[in-house]
Amino acid sequence: MLTPVLSANWGDADSFTMSGYERRGGYAAARTALQLQPDALISLVKDSGLRGRGGAGFPTGLKWSFIPQGPEKDGTHKPHYLVINADESEPGTCKDIPLMMANPHVLVEGVIIAAFAIRASHAFIYIRGEVLHVIRRMQKAVQDAYAKGYAGKNIFGSGYDLEIVVHAGAGAYICGEETALLDSLEGRRGQPRLRPPFPAVAGLYGCPTVINNVESIASVPSIVLGGTTWFGSMGTEKSKGFTLYSLSGHVKNPGQFEAPLGVTLRQLLDLSGGLREGRTLKFWTPGGSSTPLLTDAHLDVPLDYEGVAGAGSMLGTKALQIFDDTTCVVRAVLRWTEFYAHESCGKCTPCREGTYWLVRLLKRWEAGQGSPEEIDQLLDISDNILGRSFCALGDGATSPITSSIEYFRDEYLAHLTHGGCPFDPVASTLFASAASGPISTGAGAPA
Amino acid sequence: MSLNEKTREDMRAIIARYPESRSALLPMLHLCQAEEGYVSPEGVAMCAEELGLTVAEVGGVATFYTMYKRRPIGDFHVGVCTNTLCAVMGGDAIFASLKDHLGVGNDETTPDGKVTLEHIECNAACDYAPVMTVNWEFFDNQDIGSAKDLVDKLRRGEPVAPTRGANRVCTWKEASRVLAGFPDGRAEEGVSAGPPSLLGLKYAQERGDRAPALPDGRI
Ligand SMILES: Cc1cc2nc3c(=O)[nH]c(=O)nc-3n(C[C@H](O)[C@H](O)[C@H](O)COP(=O)(O)O)c2cc1C
Ligand code: SF4
Ligand code: FES
Repeated sequence: MLTPVLSANWGDADSFTMSGYERRGGYAAARTALQLQPDALISLVKDSGLRGRGGAGFPTGLKWSFIPQGPEKDGTHKPHYLVINADESEPGTCKDIPLMMANPHVLVEGVIIAAFAIRASHAFIYIRGEVLHVIRRMQKAVQDAYAKGYAGKNIFGSGYDLEIVVHAGAGAYICGEETALLDSLEGRRGQPRLRPPFPAVAGLYGCPTVINNVESIASVPSIVLGGTTWFGSMGTEKSKGFTLYSLSGHVKNPGQFEAPLGVTLRQLLDLSGGLREGRTLKFWTPGGSSTPLLTDAHLDVPLDYEGVAGAGSMLGTKALQIFDDTTCVVRAVLRWTEFYAHESCGKCTPCREGTYWLVRLLKRWEAGQGSPEEIDQLLDISDNILGRSFCALGDGATSPITSSIEYFRDEYLAHLTHGGCPFDPVASTLFASAASGPISTGAGAPA
Repeated sequence: MSLNEKTREDMRAIIARYPESRSALLPMLHLCQAEEGYVSPEGVAMCAEELGLTVAEVGGVATFYTMYKRRPIGDFHVGVCTNTLCAVMGGDAIFASLKDHLGVGNDETTPDGKVTLEHIECNAACDYAPVMTVNWEFFDNQDIGSAKDLVDKLRRGEPVAPTRGANRVCTWKEASRVLAGFPDGRAEEGVSAGPPSLLGLKYAQERGDRAPALPDGRI
């Protein structure tokens, strides 16, 4: 049931070093790839069925194929760029960071192959700034790749040149949105751009650019080695291959599970010992907080793009955040909504104003001050944000609200009858049973 | 330390990494924090000069990103994740008790100038909840007691080691220099991965689960 590929070497004490990676055959894929035609690599990745692991599931090879080849209309050749989205900030998402910490070279190797395929001579790895040690590891991996001649001039003697730059962000969730990331990488405030033109045509510095998630690009070396049949022997018909599922929250054993696309939450819970003792599953996110909540009715939904969409949510980043029956859904949703309001870049009105009002309304609910009609107001505001926002942050902000009302309307109402939150926040903590000292719960928003 | 000619040289080294100079701005602002601990008006002015931008353009960028501080902060930036999952698992309680214990509010510094406390958003470590950071190094699976211990040690100047990271935490300024793209040579310290990161791998080994063999027999 488990298929460690990206994580296969994480248990080696030196997995993150050049020698540790090469001992397990690292960089053989890049050597092979650079002897192929770039277009052959694009076809290979297309045919493999690899879909972007950053959330949307867009076919990776197809994205690469959108990069215009040949000269511009005026006869000039614009440079091409590869940008790796290592901003990992979607609440619940925690796969790319351990991947880069334990196995940075698989990303570097993927970068070499992908950049060669799209004919880029410059690649950027944009990592969120709040992960110092991960940045150290990526910097060192790139440095070592240069020292070995795997980056820089004439890689593997192939005549191909590639510069790789590790770039630290500075704390802004919106910079994970690919066009905001480009603005940020250009030294601006990270705000999304109007599309079209798409980055494949006019991306970084107005030049053709591919932006891919860390895990997407890290999956490429094994596809080069294994081929399409090997890759397709894992996963489901439309969601092929292996992927990292991140299990967190009220489970006995949280962690990373690399498995074929299409496993179910029930399988992962059975494997890892299930929920905390004596507790039951209440709600969970399949792919981060921007993907509509699911409940215990969805334990057998295949966790692939189609399966989760069929259940009314999205596979997203495969961030399985598990909450048990001690958790107040209104509190959870309020906190996520505060996050979206804080991270809204302010460019468009529905998201900027809408998230602000949602927070105010939800705070009233938490304090037991709503009125039954205000549920409709929450839905109404969400409806005005969804599909009317400039980027997907606004859409995502409505997911926890509408899905929680769909499944837990009664719990919203219970806050009114109870005159506040009916839950004891202490019961939901990890240290509920082993509390040290008096606990001030701080259940409200941090101030 | 304050800004000087060496800072300018470093800024030019950053600019040289990029095809277009303005891309250097974020790392340059990290560099300002490496020198002064925060982004001062002088830092903004120096970035603007080196990049041929206006002070307003640089200021507009510096204020957009939460990692750039506009006033001096302590030697140790202590972050407590209070995004939903960590909050529910104990992050709220930890944050509340640290405020109490240190006598500071959010984004405030202890009078001895050692610790600045801030609640942070999800730091991509949810399988280690509740999560804290010190100068952006991971302190996993915290509780109220361990959190208080941690800040006490920091204030007493004792070395502390992150759960997954370098052998001891460095200062805020040292961390900022790494973020500016000047490695400190400590990448090989610390573990490859923590236990939750290895959990799936461990189960796979116990069960004999593996990916289909690659044609050359690897994995
Ligand atoms: C608000 C927002 C935040 C995002 N954050 C990330 C992120 O941290 N990492 C990521 O890879 N994709 C993120 N995405 C998705 C990217 O826009 C983009 O789809 C992705 O990087 C494409 O890579 P892929 O095709 O390899 O999945 C985010 C999208 C939005 C709207
Ligand atoms: S939806 Fe929100 S984050 Fe996206 S552009 Fe509009 S204001 Fe900015
Ligand atoms: S919610 Fe705290 S690290 Fe993700």
